[in-house]
Amino acid sequence: MEKGKVRVINEVGLHARPAALFVAKAASFKSDIRIHNATKDGKWVSAKSILGILTLGVEKDHEIEITAEGEDEVEAVKQIIALIESDFA
Amino acid sequence: MMILKGIPASGGIAAGPAYIFRHSEVGIRRETISDPTAEIARLNAARDAARQQLQTLREKTEAEASAEEAAIFDAHAMFLDDPSLLEMVADVVNREKLNVEAAWSDGIENFAAQMEMMGDEYLSARAADIRDVGKRVIRILSGQGETDLSGLSAPSIILAQDLTPSDTARLDKQFVLGFATAEGGPTSHTAILAKALGLPAVVGCGPRLSEIASGTDMLIHGAKGELVANPDEATRKQYEKLTGEASRLAEQELKSAGEHAVTKDGRQVEIVANVGSPSDAVSALKFGAEGIGLLRTEFLYLERSTAPTEEEQLTAYKAVLDVMETRPVVVRTLDVGGDKQLDYLDLGKEANPFLGWRAIRMCLDKPEFFKIQLRALLRASPGHDLRIMFPMIATLEEVRRSKALLAEARQEVLAGGSPVADHIQVGIMVEIPAAAQMADLFAKEVDFFSIGTNDLTQYTMAAERTSEKMAYLADPCHPAVVRQIKRVIEEGHKAGIWIGVCGEMAGDPEAAPVLLGLGLDEFSMAAPGIPHLKAILREWTYAEAKKLAEHVVNFENGAAVREYVRNYLHE
Repeated sequence: MEKGKVRVINEVGLHARPAALFVAKAASFKSDIRIHNATKDGKWVSAKSILGILTLGVEKDHEIEITAEGEDEVEAVKQIIALIESDFA
Repeated sequence: MMILKGIPASGGIAAGPAYIFRHSEVGIRRETISDPTAEIARLNAARDAARQQLQTLREKTEAEASAEEAAIFDAHAMFLDDPSLLEMVADVVNREKLNVEAAWSDGIENFAAQMEMMGDEYLSARAADIRDVGKRVIRILSGQGETDLSGLSAPSIILAQDLTPSDTARLDKQFVLGFATAEGGPTSHTAILAKALGLPAVVGCGPRLSEIASGTDMLIHGAKGELVANPDEATRKQYEKLTGEASRLAEQELKSAGEHAVTKDGRQVEIVANVGSPSDAVSALKFGAEGIGLLRTEFLYLERSTAPTEEEQLTAYKAVLDVMETRPVVVRTLDVGGDKQLDYLDLGKEANPFLGWRAIRMCLDKPEFFKIQLRALLRASPGHDLRIMFPMIATLEEVRRSKALLAEARQEVLAGGSPVADHIQVGIMVEIPAAAQMADLFAKEVDFFSIGTNDLTQYTMAAERTSEKMAYLADPCHPAVVRQIKRVIEEGHKAGIWIGVCGEMAGDPEAAPVLLGLGLDEFSMAAPGIPHLKAILREWTYAEAKKLAEHVVNFENGAAVREYVRNYLHE
């Protein structure tokens, strides 16, 4: 299993368009990807679920943790973190 | 007469009969089923039908309102196919043998309730979206049609508990005068739609809204957040006056927008437009722009994978200059970096992009790249009054190096056999306090100053202008900024050059009289604001404005300046 942690720098957090982009990126991998809001220390949800992501209430400066399990787990965590660090550019 | 106060969601005033919009309630039966696979298949068929409906609504909305508004249905489609929601529903159907209507609406409610409880306006609005999608599927499963809207056959004010994107997409817009809802906040869907359509809206009117019957005479005042049912004669007259006045005033101002802005005692100032593309230039003339005070050239560079060629740039500059004929056109050279990325140039990531390697700083480090733009501009110049302006100037060396590159570019163009206009004014943006402080020396180097008040304010107050939390530090009327503007204008005039302002401040009715009084020569703003600003300046005398300006530089803060300006003419 691959793990990663990243701080969200995007102004609106994981809402709206960034949330949709995040889900689209996660859905492009075969691995089972889970995400949780470390700042709020809440539940884990599927990174491929827009509804799940919205209920995490991820705001700017929150830290999120990601785990991936499957054949492309390393690449999945790497690319998702890169997406967030690039501020969804 | 009943007056309801709500939250202003979209400005405007309207009068008309009420049209009550009610959702048909969908009852959900709960029962045990024997064939879970068949049950899930029913849900999938209903989701397919729902996806079709959403696609139709999306197209209709894009045609009637905007692409932005239509994008809401993309979100709905994502909810419809959400893997966590589907997993939850399938699990309940398989394990508990619950019918799919009940399992689906439980799943929808689970997510909607979580979002609603988070106390965030945006998420509450999404909760409404999720329920909207949920009901759509339930309606299809139970064979019910959509809410009947056939009653809406005359221009009306739409009253509803709340409106979902699906509801508003189906409303026949030609019959909508305004919206009022019992629930919802200023960023609710109704508010966004009303703004896109330019219609008044009041949201969060409370439960008493449901006491109003269909056909009741209504008045709505969007900006005040006021709704009046069965208005008395006096109120009706008052509203009629307001609507009449507002539209008459706008009409009058537009009619005289083509005339110059001359104060009562005869001082004429130049009113020009900020423009971001060739098409903006055409509409700028309609609003009475006397030229262009700021042509942003970023439109040529952004959202593409290769740099624009000299020929491409030439065509674009020519297009703008041809529209403006011999009117002045001030072109700002490329202003990107840090916060605006270009695929074909490595600008790097910076911790503080507004304090970073950008604009003239980047261009001077890439002289060959910069000269492509300069050559294109020079080649476009014959027969026009082109003026070139360098952004983000902090030092005299930067100006001198920019001018040297411009001279090189001129030689290159002439050597290539293309003509160049004899005299092209060269100026700088004064937006860094260093340039404001040294204005006396800069004035000897250039033909004009254009003060970028948005950036000058942000750099003076050390507060990033895009941050909501520091909005209180973003007022260009703060005397700390006004004093610098005063100095820049005085020093510029001593050297015999002209000075403009191309920030929001120039078009701000409360700030412009101060700029007038400080002796500003040119006001550059978003074109739709021009008719109103010209009307405001014509109300003043230069002598009065001068007194006003002398007075306000000694105030403590921006709010005091604004209040003083507001009250000045009434005293």
